Parts: sequence; structure tokens; C-alpha cells
Amino acid sequence: MTAVASTPTPTASHWTPDTAAVHEALVAGARPRPQGPFAASATFGWRTLLRIKHVPEQLFDVTAFPVMMTLIFTFLFGGALAGSVDAYIQFFLPGILVQSILMITMYTGVALNTDIEKGVFDRIRSLPVWRPSALVGALLGDVLRFTLASAVIISLGLLLGFRPDGGPLGVLGAVGLLLVFAFALGWIWTFLALRLQTPNAVMGWSMLVITPLTFGSNIFVDPSTMPGWLQAFVDVNPVSHLVTAVRGLMHGQSMAGDVGMVLLWSVLLVAVLGPLTMRRYGNRS
Amino acid sequence: MTIAEVAAVRGAGGASGEPAIETEGLVKLFGATRAVDGVDLVIPRGGVHGFLGPNGAGKTTTIRVLATLIRPDAGTARVFGHDVVREADAVRARVSLTGQFASLDEDLTGDENLRLLARLLGYPRAEGRARAEQLLAAFGLTDAAGKQVKKYSGGMRRRIDIAASIVVRPDLIFLDEPTTGLDPRSRNQVWEVIRALVRGGTTVLLTTQYLDEADQLADRISVIDAGRVVAEGTPGELKASVGTGTLQVRVRRPDQRAQARDLLQRVLGVEVREQSDPAGLTVGIGDAGPVAQALAALADADIGLAQYALGQPSLDEVFLALTGHTAESVLPSADSQPSEETPA
Ligand SMILES: Nc1ncnc2c1ncn2[C@@H]1O[C@H](COP(=O)(O)OP(=O)(O)O)[C@@H](O)[C@H]1O
Ligand SMILES: [Mg+2]
Repeated sequence: MTAVASTPTPTASHWTPDTAAVHEALVAGARPRPQGPFAASATFGWRTLLRIKHVPEQLFDVTAFPVMMTLIFTFLFGGALAGSVDAYIQFFLPGILVQSILMITMYTGVALNTDIEKGVFDRIRSLPVWRPSALVGALLGDVLRFTLASAVIISLGLLLGFRPDGGPLGVLGAVGLLLVFAFALGWIWTFLALRLQTPNAVMGWSMLVITPLTFGSNIFVDPSTMPGWLQAFVDVNPVSHLVTAVRGLMHGQSMAGDVGMVLLWSVLLVAVLGPLTMRRYGNRS
Repeated sequence: MTIAEVAAVRGAGGASGEPAIETEGLVKLFGATRAVDGVDLVIPRGGVHGFLGPNGAGKTTTIRVLATLIRPDAGTARVFGHDVVREADAVRARVSLTGQFASLDEDLTGDENLRLLARLLGYPRAEGRARAEQLLAAFGLTDAAGKQVKKYSGGMRRRIDIAASIVVRPDLIFLDEPTTGLDPRSRNQVWEVIRALVRGGTTVLLTTQYLDEADQLADRISVIDAGRVVAEGTPGELKASVGTGTLQVRVRRPDQRAQARDLLQRVLGVEVREQSDPAGLTVGIGDAGPVAQALAALADADIGLAQYALGQPSLDEVFLALTGHTAESVLPSADSQPSEETPA
């Protein structure tokens, strides 16, 4: 190491403990009231943002992956399925938006599992704040990532000729609904993350859940060409309602029925999985 | 004054009341593994209490139960009188945990980690920033404030871990193997920090695999093996309970060694061993009483001593006597410690 003669202060690793300062710092520690549930969730959301700042690679999957999906499906299948790229993208872009965002939600579980593997999870759980706030905050931070991904996909769509009749309001409404459902779906992944031992296992199980949900829906094709049993599944699949609602809203139709179903499913997911997840979170050994 | 006495004086004004930790028949199972197998503890406030035991003894599991991270399968545990299961929130408000492995977000900087904790613990934004700065300065990490924690050296990491644990002044701090894997210099730094914490009135529960560490820092030690407390007491009591200490003598003139040996053997009534040092003798003794008499007898016989020392047995010997196996035989050596990082 090059010694710099003019710096009298020791470097951090050659520190001589200043026990008086440590003592002073300890004693100076006030004990304010810990943050309430909302503030603590927001602070954990801030942590997610800080992590994005330091590990920007994690944005790669929220941007590159949807872009690739959009390009592949539009040009590969557009002609075959709808006669022309231009016609297909009107039908398909809302669907690919839903598909991409739902796929990205899986990373929530993987990230949580990685946290658990490291010790930071223990410290967080030993804090005197509302326990779900760490999970809620992480999911909220992720919602921001989903917003970013949505912006990327919709911009790309506009470049490729997507023309939503619903205008900016319709598009915003559709994205809002999608984010609500994505937040709710996130609880499946956090639940899995707490049940399973490794991030890889979480990824594997998540794929097993997400694949039928997205492909067994009306994202890619009109279900009227499907066999009856599959149609039955597609009809109850919340993702189908989501896609129908997003499509309709973007194209300026009022979609009260499907929007209602999506919100109902979202509430149901959180109401069932939230407590299950939190029980698991509290007891995890 | 010992650390405990200082802390006792400082703590005298505050509420005394319940002990810092009290457990009865504490059990935690992992499948068929009885990780904690009926632990009874009463740990008073103030000072350092050591958990000494080899890898896998159940130290971390016990701490995780006490810090409300896992529920016990049987028995009860109270921290400052609060039940760890029913009053977990009250416990969490008063303790802080420095885990055995990296307990901060390694991707964030030291400063960000501290500010995050300060916010959660209720500091407004500006005060939180000031608190982080103060802690970083106190722990000599101001220069590293903006660096990601994963880029810190082992010693710096332990310091930021401990700093993170005192953002709000805890009444009880759990330090799980705070010096495992550190070089001797960093280890000494951590020891100094721990002493400073105790002077501030915080009770420290420290786990360690290092016998000399427990001896150096702890006021009382619980020796843990296979999920049970196999012995408890001050370092001195533990050594005394094993019985013997040693008297080491060096005569000034090596040619008098044989004479000195016979004399000591006669006065103390036990066998005296010759050391490889031609002037040195070692005597195992059961009790320090007759030693003065023996030394006087040497002086009467005109045998000059270069030096003498009354030593207690090492904690290694204590461990062997208590558990039937040495601590070393089940421990990985210091340089084969499991790595703290999980590859990303
Ligand atoms: N989460 C866990 N799942 C299964 N077994 C565990 C778990 N944590 C600890 N154990 C087991 O419990 C015993 C005690 O472990 P631990 O408390 O970590 O010991 P120490 O901290 O003294 O090294 C060991 O046999 C360990 O393998
Ligand atoms: Mg341990």
C-alpha cells in the first residue's frame, strides 16, 4: 500500500478502538417510537430502491425480457394468428404486458429467499416493527419495478403500431389494475420463498404455478378454438379476467365485470396467503 | 473494578427487578435433532455472559429463541420479565441481535444500512442521518461509509454489525460468535468494543467457541454441549471446579533444581515434574494454601528463585473435564471457518 504521509488518520481497517467514542455513541442512542406499519413498509420499499441503485442488473429482467417477448410474439406469430402484425399487436400487446409482468413477479420470491439465506433476515425480524412490513415493503418496491417494465413494453408497443383507443387514461387504468394483481400474486411467491430452502427451488415451483396461469389464458389466442375442458379452465383463470380487463380498458371499453373479478381475486389472494405467509414468517426456523 | 462492578454501579439507579434472561426447561427440536435440550438459565443484568461450546452445541438456536426469531417447543424463556412467545414485541423493543453471519444488507453501503435501521427504529430522516454518522465515526468507519458492506474486511464488517445493533441503545445485545474467523488484531478491536458496551450498562450475551475469549470477556460462563448447559460459573469457578491449578517455579541455579524438587514434594505432598527448561519445575496442586509454605521452605533452604507463578488450569482443561472431550477435537480450526458469504 502506498503510504500517504499527509494523512494522519488511520484507515478503517487499521483502527484503534476509541472506546470513549463507542461508549458515547451507545449512550447517545435515543429510543424513539419505532415506525408504524405504513411508514415501516415504505422504509422497506426504500430498501428495495437502494438495492436497485446498487445492483442495477436486476432491472435487466424487467426490461430485456419483456422486450424480447414482445418482439418475438409480434413478428413470429402476428402474421400467422391475426393475418398481420399490425392487427395482432392491437390484440396481443395488452396480453404480453400481463404475461411479462406476471413472470417478473416471480423474482420477488427468489429475492426473499436469498435474503433468508443471508443473516439480514434475522436482523429484520428481530426489529420492533410491524412484522409484515418487510414483506409488504419488498412487494411495494417491486411494484415500482413492474411500473418501469410496463412503461418499457407500452412504449415499444407504440413504436410497433399499438394504438390504444382508450387513450392515456385507459392505459393508466389498465396498468393500475395489473399492478394491483401483481402485488397480490407476489404473496404466492413470498409464501413459496418461506416454505422452500433454496432460491432455485423457489424458481422451479414458481414456474410450475405461473406457466398454466399465463398459457392457460386468453393472452395468446381466443379461447373459442380450445377444447372444452381447457375453455373451462381459461374461464375461471383470474389471468383471463385480467387480460380481458386490461385489453378492454386500453381499447376504451368499460370492463366493470372483469375488473371486479380481478379485484376480488386480488383480495382473496392477499386474504388467504397473507396470514399463511406471515405465520410462516413468524415461525420460520 | 471489574466490568461487571462498573456496570452494576451504573445500573444501580435504574430498575433492577427481573434478570435479563430467565429460562426454564427450554427445548427446541429440528426434526430428530434436539438442538436445545432443556436449558435453564438465570442471567443477571449488566456485564457479559458467555455461552461457550463447540460448533453445533446449540448456542445459536438458544439465542434465536431468546431473540424471538423461533418459538421454543417446550419450556419458557423471559427477557427482562417478558415472555419471548407471548410478549415478543416487548422483547424485541429491548434487545438487539448481531447474528453469526452477515446481518446487514451487503449490497447497500454501511451508511445506508444504518440509516435504514435508524428510520425503522423511529428516527426522523435528519436525526437518522446524524445517528448513522455518529456511529460510523465511533467505529472508525467514516471512510468506508459509502462503500458496500460486501467490500468491507472481516473486522470492519463485525464493527458495522455491532454498530447496527446499537442504533437504538439496547438493554441486551446478543453477539453470536463476534470474533470467529477474525485475525487477532480485529479480534482485540471487537473485545474493546464489547467492553465499551458493557460500560454503557448494556447486558451482553456472547457466544464463542474460543476458550480464551470467554475467559477474557465474560463475567459468567455457561458451558454448552449438545443442547445442554453442562456447567456454569465465573471463569475462576469453572476452573476451580475442575480442581487443580499449577505452580511453576524456576530456580536461579539449575544445579539446585533436584534439591528444590525434593523439598517441594515433601512440603506439598504431590509429585513435582521437571520441565524441559533445566531450571524449571511444575507442580499440580489441589489448593493454593500450602504454596506459601512451600516457597518459604525453599527460601529457608537458601534456594533462590528466578521466578514463580501460580496458574489456574486453562479452559481447555475445564472443557475436557466437563464434557469428556476437548473443545478442539470437535472444532474446525480458525482458518477453516465456514465462509460468511453465500455466493450470489
Ligand atoms: N434450521 C435448522 N434446521 C435443522 N437443524 C438445525 C437448524 N439450526 C440448527 N440446527 C441443528 O441444531 C444443532 C445446534 O445448532 P446451533 O444452535 O447452530 O449450534 P451452535 O450455534 O452452537 O454451533 C446442530 O446440530 C444443528 O445442525
Ligand atoms: Mg452458532
